[in-house]
Amino acid sequence: MAQKDVTGQPSVQELIAKSNSKKQKKVIEKLIPFILLLIASVSVLTTIGIVFTLIVETVIFFTKVPVLEFLFGTEWFPFANTEQQFGILPLVVGTLKVTVIAAIVAVPFGIASAIFLSEYASENLRRVIKPILEVLAGIPTIVYGFFALTFVTPLLQQFIPDLKIFNALSPGIVVGIMILPMIASLSEDAMTSVPNSIREGALAMGSTKLEVALKVVLPAALSGIVASVVLALSRAIGETMIVSLAGGSTPKFDWDVTDSIQTMTAYIVQVSSGDAGYGTTIYYSIYSVGFTLFLFTLLMNYLAHVISKKYREEY
Amino acid sequence: MMEKVLEKASSMNNQSSNIVYNTQQLNLWYGNHHALKNIDLEIKENEVTAIIGPSGCGKSTYIKTLNRMVELVPTVKTSGKILYRERNIFDADYGVEELRTKVGMVFQKPNPFPKSIYDNIAYGPRIHGIKNKKILDEIVEKSLRGAAIWDEVKDRLNTNAYSLSGGQQQRICIARCLAIEPDVILMDEPTSALDPISTLKVEELIQELKEDYSIIIVTHNMQQAARISDKTAFFLNGEVVEFDNTDVIFSTPEDKRTEDYISGRFG
Repeated sequence: MAQKDVTGQPSVQELIAKSNSKKQKKVIEKLIPFILLLIASVSVLTTIGIVFTLIVETVIFFTKVPVLEFLFGTEWFPFANTEQQFGILPLVVGTLKVTVIAAIVAVPFGIASAIFLSEYASENLRRVIKPILEVLAGIPTIVYGFFALTFVTPLLQQFIPDLKIFNALSPGIVVGIMILPMIASLSEDAMTSVPNSIREGALAMGSTKLEVALKVVLPAALSGIVASVVLALSRAIGETMIVSLAGGSTPKFDWDVTDSIQTMTAYIVQVSSGDAGYGTTIYYSIYSVGFTLFLFTLLMNYLAHVISKKYREEY
Repeated sequence: MMEKVLEKASSMNNQSSNIVYNTQQLNLWYGNHHALKNIDLEIKENEVTAIIGPSGCGKSTYIKTLNRMVELVPTVKTSGKILYRERNIFDADYGVEELRTKVGMVFQKPNPFPKSIYDNIAYGPRIHGIKNKKILDEIVEKSLRGAAIWDEVKDRLNTNAYSLSGGQQQRICIARCLAIEPDVILMDEPTSALDPISTLKVEELIQELKEDYSIIIVTHNMQQAARISDKTAFFLNGEVVEFDNTDVIFSTPEDKRTEDYISGRFG
């Protein structure tokens, strides 16, 4: 054991023992996990609270409007004076139109960008492009909304004369542009993390760079890529400003993309910014629409989980 | 000294057509670092050629130059010639893909693709245009048998190759290489990440493969070189110090440095 040396200094072991004997330290050690748990539960409790509110108000809504009419109704006329109609399908279709168009734009371009960045771009180029992508992801959506309304729509009208001022096509494309950097950046992360030894193995078999990218790296990174696409599409479903500004406010149950639409989110904005009184059916309807939106995102996340599990290629 | 070696080599076999690789005055730089200096080597068909030497002597660099994988390092510059079957691999019209289809490679660490065992073996034939399922099935079985791993995996061809042990993975990599029936197989310390039993299996396999392929193997393990190779080249500081029949290198080396290295005085 430690002994005092000739200089009379206490040994390190003695100093440690002295420090450990303080009560304070033990009390803090015991309290810390409790405090951390408290902090961690704040976000969990908030989530539970939000879902709880959604459910409560939605249940009240269904005492006024039958569930079946809500789920399968193809008319959405909440502001009608005589007979209000609350069939969610037109709003769902509006959201789907925008999301599908966004996916058509963002998925191929996003994955192509990811392949370029991870397999072809030099280290320097990547170091320049990645931050730019991330800046693009940080542009406020209201800016994208005006971009859709005042630039993309007039541009599209040059080619499609029948295109209305408010339509599904233009916000769809712009939402696609908005989520593209997210897909590109997250997919690039997934592809870059595929070990180089695997690329070398493929190159040594006489593969071209493209074959390595498409047949080896892409499948190996597929679970990460699928996750990025689903995350991005969840954002597209929940996107509000762009569709409110450029999509219009006409809920329609058809697949025409040149005409005015209304999405679930845009409806919530419309009601929230209007003067629907507390307690009216319209007031409760925004919770039911919000709840539907929530279920959609939940479903997407579940799908992502299933798909990425099924296609996972472990390395 | 080089003339003597060539003389010896030609006296052992007079046909020039059985020379697979003829390296002439090869120099290689990583940026400013001169990694290979005036390499001259002739490598023969259906022989196992071992390349030995201490770490950093350029043995791995040399073997990676033979299929031009070394060019993945952006700062690499080369001069000189490597004739593969009498054609310079550095010729502008010689595509690296064409070369690497003829010259397979097995790496230091097993690197199977994160795919099923079947897809790993079928990868090479597939990218080179073979799509017929029956032919692919035959290639897969033949290659796995060739790599002495068929019996261990035949019942689970659809499981991920990463579920296998390290030694099995390395034999899968060898089978993957055999699937396109290359002419030469380059092996870069193929057993350095394996346990002794797996190492033994791979060594036995190399002996069998010699019948059909020309094998060039880099190894850190001198006993391994002595056990499995016909010819041995001793590299030191980017130069070939000595190249001769393996039994000569390990019994009566001409160069003092070779003797010092194989007797364990350095390295």
